[in-house]
Amino acid sequence: MAEPVLAISELRKTFGALKATDGVSLDLRPGEIHALIGPNGAGKTTLINQIAGTLKPDAGSIRFDGADIGGLGVAERARRGLGRTFQVSSLAPEFSALRNVMLAVQSVQGSSFRFFRPVMRDRSLTEPAMAALERVGLGARAHLPASELSHGERRQIEIAIALALGSKAFLLDEPMAGMGPEGSKRLTEFLDGLRAEAPILLVEHDMNAVFALADRITVLDYGRVIATGTADEIRINPEVRRAYLGDEA
Amino acid sequence: MASRETLLNIGLALLLLVLPVIANYSGEPFYVTLATRIAILSLAAVGLNLALGLGGLVSFGHAAFFGIGGYAAGILATHAFSGDPLIFGLPGTKQMLIIWIVAIAAGGLAALLIGLITLRTSGVYFIMITLAFAQMIFYFAISWPAYGGEDGLPIYVRNAFPGVNTLKPLSYFLVCYALLAVGLVLFKLFQDSRFGAALQAARQNEVRVASVGIPPYRIRLVAFVISGMFTAVAGALFADLNRFVSPSMLSWQMSGELIVLIILGGVGRLFGPVAGAALFVLLEHWLGGITERWQFFLGLILLGVVLFARGGLIGLIAGRARHG
Ligand SMILES: Nc1ncnc2c1ncn2[C@@H]1O[C@H](COP(=O)(O)OP(=O)(O)OP(=O)(O)O)[C@@H](O)[C@H]1O
Ligand SMILES: [Mg+2]
Repeated sequence: MAEPVLAISELRKTFGALKATDGVSLDLRPGEIHALIGPNGAGKTTLINQIAGTLKPDAGSIRFDGADIGGLGVAERARRGLGRTFQVSSLAPEFSALRNVMLAVQSVQGSSFRFFRPVMRDRSLTEPAMAALERVGLGARAHLPASELSHGERRQIEIAIALALGSKAFLLDEPMAGMGPEGSKRLTEFLDGLRAEAPILLVEHDMNAVFALADRITVLDYGRVIATGTADEIRINPEVRRAYLGDEA
Repeated sequence: MASRETLLNIGLALLLLVLPVIANYSGEPFYVTLATRIAILSLAAVGLNLALGLGGLVSFGHAAFFGIGGYAAGILATHAFSGDPLIFGLPGTKQMLIIWIVAIAAGGLAALLIGLITLRTSGVYFIMITLAFAQMIFYFAISWPAYGGEDGLPIYVRNAFPGVNTLKPLSYFLVCYALLAVGLVLFKLFQDSRFGAALQAARQNEVRVASVGIPPYRIRLVAFVISGMFTAVAGALFADLNRFVSPSMLSWQMSGELIVLIILGGVGRLFGPVAGAALFVLLEHWLGGITERWQFFLGLILLGVVLFARGGLIGLIAGRARHG
């Protein structure tokens, strides 16, 4: 079996008395989509935040691309290839979609300490950014301010940013939310192809998408992993049905 | 096709150049001095506009850099006058070019030290701690007798610039105007550059900037240092205009004035500081001639801007700012 790209082990995080992450271990292997599901408040976003570096775990380790990244800040983790999207999209609202993505391109190219060349006339920035937006189907909306785009479109910008970063792993927090059935279907197809570029840790409530895409599924409940397995194994797992899926699956 | 804001900016730049020339040749040198004040305060506020307008860093301590630039001019001129060596046996100087370099270096260093600490905070804490640093420097200047203490430091003869008779009001105005022009060009370049993109994005959403791999702290620190340099060189010009530097240049009122200029003119707009400084100085002149309480009316105008014209004068005339 291939060496995992991302491996977290025994991660713990408490908020006061609440165990938001309670000894979670999981990994992400090359080429796979690993879905992370669980009821509201189970601790999925909290886990993503610890992997991306926006939250510090109380204990446990995170290895990415062969190195322990537990001590690194958000920016350094992103530079090493962790591309994340936010459950509530997080963009520079005054900037156009294009300028939001160009920020990722300029980061990949190295220095932001360049003071004289106008970015909008710099094709080494605009072209890769435009290409990333076109891949997610947002080319025609590239010049609108992020604040004027729909929820679904802002989601897509975030994915374009992760693409432009040349991410080695994607952490996607509910990318389907606010998409509508047509959009979800297109995004499902897109993510299906994307796993060949880099593996995806996919947090998602849309079970159709999860069962269509996931090579493996991990189920969280009250901060603990209650099951890990293939889609079929998870579908018939009695504890998962009780805690989360109900009779829907 | 030039945008409305570009046309407005060109108009303002021409007005600020042409009116003092006309005033000078119609025997009204006082208005030349007024225009020089506008140019210098504009430059100081262009510096603050980098931090505050582009970076969202509401520094309530920029008088520190303004005053440091002023004292650089005053101290160097004093030593040149007396012939006493400054430090390490180095002499003072009357050359503005050297004075400006010293002012920029001193202002930049102070901004680096202050920024290293203050930029770890944000919001109200940032405002208060920048104020605290500026007050420390203010009280230091007051209690340091070697350079005038509370009474300030006179510059007996305005410092020199090669090939220019700086004693003539119009000539000195042109020197200041040229420096303001350089400041505005640099601001525009920075604004449109990669650095400016990261800085403006960090103002809008710090987490976003970090999440693409750019550390916001470092971007802001560099912006704060450059900002301090601009304001310091303006301080040196101001000292030479008044031929006097005193702790009042370091006061919190001065810091507040710079913020007011930017809000009046338009936060983050290229010519916001120019429009704001012109309005401020002209109000001070006209209203100040009518009533001691002119700042009451300034307050009313400021209130009007904050409530009804968020983009300041520039925003009122040219509309909302657009980012490519
Ligand atoms: N910063 C915080 N401080 C205190 N409690 C928090 C914080 N962040 C999250 N929590 C709590 O931790 C638990 C896990 O939250 P989290 O957002 O990770 O859930 P989630 O699985 O992503 O839920 P959802 O499906 O609704 O997005 C919740 O009970 C939440 O209220
Ligand atoms: Mg969540």
